Amino acid sequence: MFESGIQPREDRLATSPQLRVAGAMLTVLPEGAVWWERERMLIVADLHFEKGSAFAARGVALPPYDTRATLARLQALVSRWKPQRLVALGDSFHDRAAETRMDEVDAVTLETMTQAIDWTWITGNHDPAPPRRFGGSVHAELRVGPLTLRHEPRAAPATGELAGHLHPVAAVRVRGRRLRRRCVVSDGTRAILPAFGAYAGGLNVLDEAYANLLPSGGFHAWMMGAHTVVPVAARRLEGD
Amino acid sequence: MSKQHPRTDGEIAKKADATGLESVLPAAFVTWFADRGWSPRSHQLALLDLARARRSALLIAPTGAGKTLAGFLPSLVALSEAPKRKVGLHTLYISPLKALAVDVKRNLETPIAEMGLDVRVETRTGDTPQNRRLRQRRDPPDILMTTPEQLALLLSYSDAGTFFGSLECVVLDELHALANSKRGDLLSLGLARLAVLAPAMRRVGLSATVAEPDELRRYLMPQREGYEALADVVIAPPGAVPEIGILVPLEPDHDEGEVARIPWSGHSARHAMPAVYASILKHKTTLVFVNTRSQAEFVFQELWRLNEDSLPIALHHGSLSAEQRRKVEAAMSAGTLRAVVCTSTLDLGIDWGEVDLVICVGAPKGASRLAQRIGRANHRLDEPSRALLVPANRFEVLECEAARAAATEGAQDGQVRRTGALDVLSQHVLGRACSEPILPDALYDEVRAAAPYRHLPRETFDRIVDFVSTGGYALKSYDRYARLRPMSAMTGDMRLRPASPRVIQQYRMNVGTIVEAAMVKVRMVKAGRRPRASFGGRLLGEIEEYFIDQLTPGDTFLFAGHLLRFESLVETEAYCSRAESGDPMIPSYYGGKFPLSTYLAERVRKMLADNRLWALLPDQVSAWLQMQERRSVLPRAGELLVETFPRGDKFYLVCYPFEGRLAHQTLGMLLTRRLDRAGVRPMGFIASEYALAIWCLRDIGLMAERREIYLSDLFGEDMLGDDLDAWLAESSLLKRTFRDCAIISGLIERRFPGQEKTGRQVTFSSDLIYNVLREHEPDHILLQATMADAATGLLDVARLGDMLKRVKHRITLKRLDRVSPLAVPVLLDIGKEAVGGDTNEFLLSEAADSLIKEATQLV
Repeated sequence: MFESGIQPREDRLATSPQLRVAGAMLTVLPEGAVWWERERMLIVADLHFEKGSAFAARGVALPPYDTRATLARLQALVSRWKPQRLVALGDSFHDRAAETRMDEVDAVTLETMTQAIDWTWITGNHDPAPPRRFGGSVHAELRVGPLTLRHEPRAAPATGELAGHLHPVAAVRVRGRRLRRRCVVSDGTRAILPAFGAYAGGLNVLDEAYANLLPSGGFHAWMMGAHTVVPVAARRLEGD
Repeated sequence: MSKQHPRTDGEIAKKADATGLESVLPAAFVTWFADRGWSPRSHQLALLDLARARRSALLIAPTGAGKTLAGFLPSLVALSEAPKRKVGLHTLYISPLKALAVDVKRNLETPIAEMGLDVRVETRTGDTPQNRRLRQRRDPPDILMTTPEQLALLLSYSDAGTFFGSLECVVLDELHALANSKRGDLLSLGLARLAVLAPAMRRVGLSATVAEPDELRRYLMPQREGYEALADVVIAPPGAVPEIGILVPLEPDHDEGEVARIPWSGHSARHAMPAVYASILKHKTTLVFVNTRSQAEFVFQELWRLNEDSLPIALHHGSLSAEQRRKVEAAMSAGTLRAVVCTSTLDLGIDWGEVDLVICVGAPKGASRLAQRIGRANHRLDEPSRALLVPANRFEVLECEAARAAATEGAQDGQVRRTGALDVLSQHVLGRACSEPILPDALYDEVRAAAPYRHLPRETFDRIVDFVSTGGYALKSYDRYARLRPMSAMTGDMRLRPASPRVIQQYRMNVGTIVEAAMVKVRMVKAGRRPRASFGGRLLGEIEEYFIDQLTPGDTFLFAGHLLRFESLVETEAYCSRAESGDPMIPSYYGGKFPLSTYLAERVRKMLADNRLWALLPDQVSAWLQMQERRSVLPRAGELLVETFPRGDKFYLVCYPFEGRLAHQTLGMLLTRRLDRAGVRPMGFIASEYALAIWCLRDIGLMAERREIYLSDLFGEDMLGDDLDAWLAESSLLKRTFRDCAIISGLIERRFPGQEKTGRQVTFSSDLIYNVLREHEPDHILLQATMADAATGLLDVARLGDMLKRVKHRITLKRLDRVSPLAVPVLLDIGKEAVGGDTNEFLLSEAADSLIKEATQLV
């Protein structure tokens, strides 16, 4: 029924359903990221580092491990896929002061990661100026081949756009049971990535916020399973 | 105070007889009693006597025994005797229900007015307007009636010392219902604080009959290390033995005239509704108790279908709007109703003198619960109260018989002993810091005076203080955001105070231990029209979000006495239209919160094992058991019967532990994990109050016979170790428990109306926090609190453990070629329960199966 454990990268490429956006072949990863084989590029959105401590500063002492948890998942992906380039699609840091609150252990981990590969920070509304300490190049948007990578999706048409910002999740009912998962949402012309951060919540893809972005309604939600990604047609989805 | 023998009422009554009432009561009181032709009851005088000796007391008395007057009489006498007393609060009364506080105030005002006493009584509840609350703190009444939450709030003000300094007495009403819960924990901590602020304070507990009075006697007294203090106890004579009937409707039968008919399964008791209606017709006012809200809806609907006489029959349950509930209560007080269909919302509360029949539809669940409900018929003490039990299925017949026997004997369920919850302690620690700077050493001693916390280790206490202050994480990155700070580290004043006024505000907004499930409003709209938030129809009440979650537009269900069609969910409101007549498509949600009590389960097992007792049962039920005897076997006392049989394309395992649905559900979760590992390929399971059924792809009976698996291993106690941990890790139950603990402990704030997600706003969820915390600090104090909670509440782990121990080496396997009579009820219950974990993954992939092609064609 299900295989657990780690599949070799090549197997994963062969078995994972491929998402084509404006001609680019992308692999949606169950960890909530996108792999672009041609560019050997790993793309993640909305890391929201130090969201926990931002709440702590306001008197809500959420466990201070969200940055650590997010980094650990990111690190696992990097060591499996060995990307040449990693692009974080904005809102990587929960706020401007995130760096000052980050535990030194986590900061060093991030620093080491960003130094090891070609790292790109796309700016987001939460982090218009990502901290310099962590290196990487900073862009408002990035064009690579047929794709444009930016934080906030633009109103359609936006062919070739990969964006984040909305934290898409999708819900589907199977045999009476409701399943709600993070997802990549795409109509084949563009794709919106789910939030990767450990404390980042989600917004259902049937919410009005998506209406202008996917006007045809003919999209799929690539829902995250434990070990697989499952594309589900919009008409099968449920709202929140 | 050392342990004392219960005092009999006789002595004091004799004294009163011998010397005349004048020697124990002031003249005004003697006259007042005499004018009414009453004489004070002996337990009322006993409490007066104890009060004069400045002793605390627990009064155990049945309904109608003048419990409330007994509790207040000493205070009224003292207040009447005091020569122009200094101003200040004299007596504090705490009730689990605000409606009860209001009602008791009304009842108390009558004698005060009639005796012309100069005593001021006021209530303080969530409904009390702000200006009156302020005035109350400045100028307290003599007697204040309030709830545990309001007490916590009052204690969090800096003037708590002055406010409570003059307190002479605290009266805790319905203590049996309060003590054994998180609210009881909160109240116990409040009491411990009051004992410091008002050392002279007496405590009076009022309780229905309980199996273990010592628990409540201890609860009332401040505890000290190695020294068990118990309040004195006064036991009023029991009321008349109740008359309890079991309603088994007869149906015409062409062979035998009339036969009893009891369904195999189900909880609706539809078959009995005409008989229930007939009973209502014959009585003045009837309370019809049911176990769940959906059952209440159903019974209400059925009774109105039969209601040719247009009797005023009303509905009362926790999800109806407060206004609607108040209306029903008012009509009930006014005596204009013939029947109210209600849930546990009316288990406690106002006494309605007119009620002359209590009907309990469905399983009684516990002996004490049944006694409580029967007592709601406010009868005269010397007249028996009348009750009818209505079993909805055959197993419930057994349970009803067991409960009837228990109620007639006056037997009570034992209570599970609880230790004070740590999330509640966190809340209290924060509240104490809000009232004045706290010194952990002193607070630790104060807290241990509360009975539920008397064994609290210092290390745990310190971790709680740390948790309240900074979250208590191993990673010390939040020190700079600490909510509690030392007064002055410079001068060495290490007493802790809130870091900012915001902390105090947070505490006051979140006080209390009742965490409501996420609710959505149910609004009636016109059918067919696409609903918009702008046209609001009538608001019917609120319903749990998880129930609405499982509906698709077009589904019908019963709510607020209507058959509704779900149209859509708009923001936080479920839009529904009136549906055409017919059966609801979504039958019910959740079997009920209360599991079958251990005590009653034991009686049911005995009844089942002893076929001489079957003569008591209706023919249809004894015939069913005899059929089971022929076709399979009946579980003997102390052993566990396991049956296996093929059915359809699956193989079933059914066992009969009789430990209640919660314990069975936990057992089901754990057994399916084990069966999965053993290669039996379990597909799903269903748990009822009595039995557990699991269905598998492989023939489990055959595998056991061939010794490929061993039932003794399968049901081994060790499942409560690693398997439990592993299952809990992914269980949504634990996530829900964590959310409640996180809110009560003050880690995250409650969601208030108007503060809900506005669609775009993306906020964190407690599930995400849970996942991260579990992975990075699995022994965090809040996770410990969550586990402790889940183990007692949701999972009934202790009970499951007792069962596994009991049946060890006493498992009987019966391989059958088809379903047994005893298994039929649980199989008929088969619903939506499926194996957790990978099953979700399987379902998810199934959603895609047919779609993968479509999806891949798209690219």
